[in-house]
Amino acid sequence: MTAIDVTPVGAAAPDHIPYEPPKAVRRGGTALLLVLLILFPLVFTNPAVTSIGVFTMIFLVAACGWNIFSGYSGYISIGHAAFYGIGQYTVALLVMHLKVPAGWDTFALLPVAGVVAAVLAVPIGFLLLRVRKHTFIILTVAVMFILQLLAFNLTSWTNGSSGLELPFPTWTGSLFNEPFYYVGLAAAVVACAVSWWVRRSKYGLGLLSIRDDEDRARGLGIHTTRTKLIAYVMSAFFVGIAGGLYAPFVGSVYPQFGFDPNFDLAVAVLVFVGGIGTLSGPVVGTLLLIPLQQYFYLQFGNDNLFLIAYGVLFILILRLLPGGISPSITQLYRRVLVARQLRTTAPPGSPAPPGAAGAPGITPAPMTGAKGREDTP
Amino acid sequence: MLVLQAIIDGVLVGGFYALMAGGLTLVFGVMDIVNFAQGILVVLGAYLSYALYAHLNIDPFVGLLITVPVMFVIGIAIYWSMIKPIKRDRVIMSLLTMFAVGTVVEGILDYIFTSNLVAIHTSYVNSSFKLGSLVFPSIYLYAFAMSVVLLGGVYYLLYRTRFGRSLRASMQNPTAARLVGINTDWVSAYTLGIGVGLAAAGGMVFGLTNSFDAASSYDLISRLLAIVIFGGFGSLSGALIASVLMLVIQDVVAVTWSATWGQTTFYIVLVLVLLIRPQGLLGRKAVRAQ
Repeated sequence: MTAIDVTPVGAAAPDHIPYEPPKAVRRGGTALLLVLLILFPLVFTNPAVTSIGVFTMIFLVAACGWNIFSGYSGYISIGHAAFYGIGQYTVALLVMHLKVPAGWDTFALLPVAGVVAAVLAVPIGFLLLRVRKHTFIILTVAVMFILQLLAFNLTSWTNGSSGLELPFPTWTGSLFNEPFYYVGLAAAVVACAVSWWVRRSKYGLGLLSIRDDEDRARGLGIHTTRTKLIAYVMSAFFVGIAGGLYAPFVGSVYPQFGFDPNFDLAVAVLVFVGGIGTLSGPVVGTLLLIPLQQYFYLQFGNDNLFLIAYGVLFILILRLLPGGISPSITQLYRRVLVARQLRTTAPPGSPAPPGAAGAPGITPAPMTGAKGREDTP
Repeated sequence: MLVLQAIIDGVLVGGFYALMAGGLTLVFGVMDIVNFAQGILVVLGAYLSYALYAHLNIDPFVGLLITVPVMFVIGIAIYWSMIKPIKRDRVIMSLLTMFAVGTVVEGILDYIFTSNLVAIHTSYVNSSFKLGSLVFPSIYLYAFAMSVVLLGGVYYLLYRTRFGRSLRASMQNPTAARLVGINTDWVSAYTLGIGVGLAAAGGMVFGLTNSFDAASSYDLISRLLAIVIFGGFGSLSGALIASVLMLVIQDVVAVTWSATWGQTTFYIVLVLVLLIRPQGLLGRKAVRAQ
């Protein structure tokens, strides 16, 4: 399926599938961003700065992965730290038992971490996806805590609360962060590419229709459980990879940091800030917030004040930008287009055309509430 | 005899878990709001009782006369300032909002009380009654009695008063409730107030029986959510049964097998029950159209 099949739906549901900037802008912007990200560690060589870069990449992989499921299907999971932890423990245990030498060989375990997380996501997802939205949210948290408890209790495997240690890589100290950064960037590019593919494919269309109206989607012949499960497994794969990257970077794994409720909050915040269910949302949110967060953390180092600031920020974003940054910008762009079209084409007194360039004459009826409503004049 | 003792302990402790979980399930039933901040609000209640006891030497049980009304008002304030302005995607947005509110409260508590563990040490914390070889810790007996009184009060409120009728009407069908002239906003606000007030009472007992800091809320909220899911969202009786069951399973496993596996066993039972009944023990089956 190509983009042509998707476009009319995008016009009919303008809240969730906002108008996109022209192709040249999109491609150029993506390329420019990629170049900037590649050049970043070459320009800023300070290890304190590049370590922020590594954290950003880890969260970028996780946010893109999380968005593939929660963003596109509308099923919010605040238990994806389950797969983050699984990824961490997979890498740590494999390094320990297979005596994998520290360094580049550890990165070879990343796909394994992803696959293990994905395989475990099949039964977990099968269980969780039996229930609808709000119960689902709670169940994801419950499963995450079950796994955390298992990590605490299965001491023969996980060493319980004492955690596992990973050997540090052999490369030199001043260039310690760069390999992690580039591997993370590569993983993030793959995650975004998969996210892009899902967004454009017929499969993704089914996923989006589940978000808008699950019963109707089922009525239209979409195998909803299977569709949701595939997305769940895909997102688990990437979150597992994020965990597999994190463990060797910090050099240790603990149950409470592997299966970390704060990780769930963080990823949800990132995606909500950027714009949930959009392709660019997780990227925008992560690139904006994680450096800011790490900077505050390094600068003030006071965990408590930090929590307050983070919570307040989250509340403000939920209140002021309920759609997120990305959709807000595209809506602004569309509003400009609509205004321009009104000035040029519409005769005075007639109702506003439902959309701008390329939109057929379908009234943009909000499907899950008044998403496109203008709060401010 | 050990098993009997474990069952008794489970029932006694389950009583006060039912208080905290009851607040959670009521709020969900009326507003479809998963109050993610309930865990940290319980801890807030514990800290309030702690502060009253440590600084003003007010007994925690007497202190409830202060903490519960204070927390009731906090609940109402949270409703009007945080929940009411949400206009769309109420279920998810309110959940995330409560999550964020919880984070802020956690940060504030961490800042004021630091992350050192504290506990409320009253004279009766370590005393107990003995009946044959069975031991009844007096603090759990008092807490159980208090839970029975408070939950009885909530039941009376729900099923014997005009407010309770409005509340149950809002639970069944908010639109129809508004049509017959019920001010669902105030019903919701009072319900959140009651839920948070119950958290204060539960938190007082939690503070008496555990050392705690702000981070204790994560363990609490996971248990409370597990109880509420197990019992069925929106069902007060379900929450009661589930809390007692959880604690009994945990304690019996702890004495017959191993203490570390008690909680995990409960979660496994939870998952098995949900495989058969996704809506929980006494939950509503139908999914409300949104």
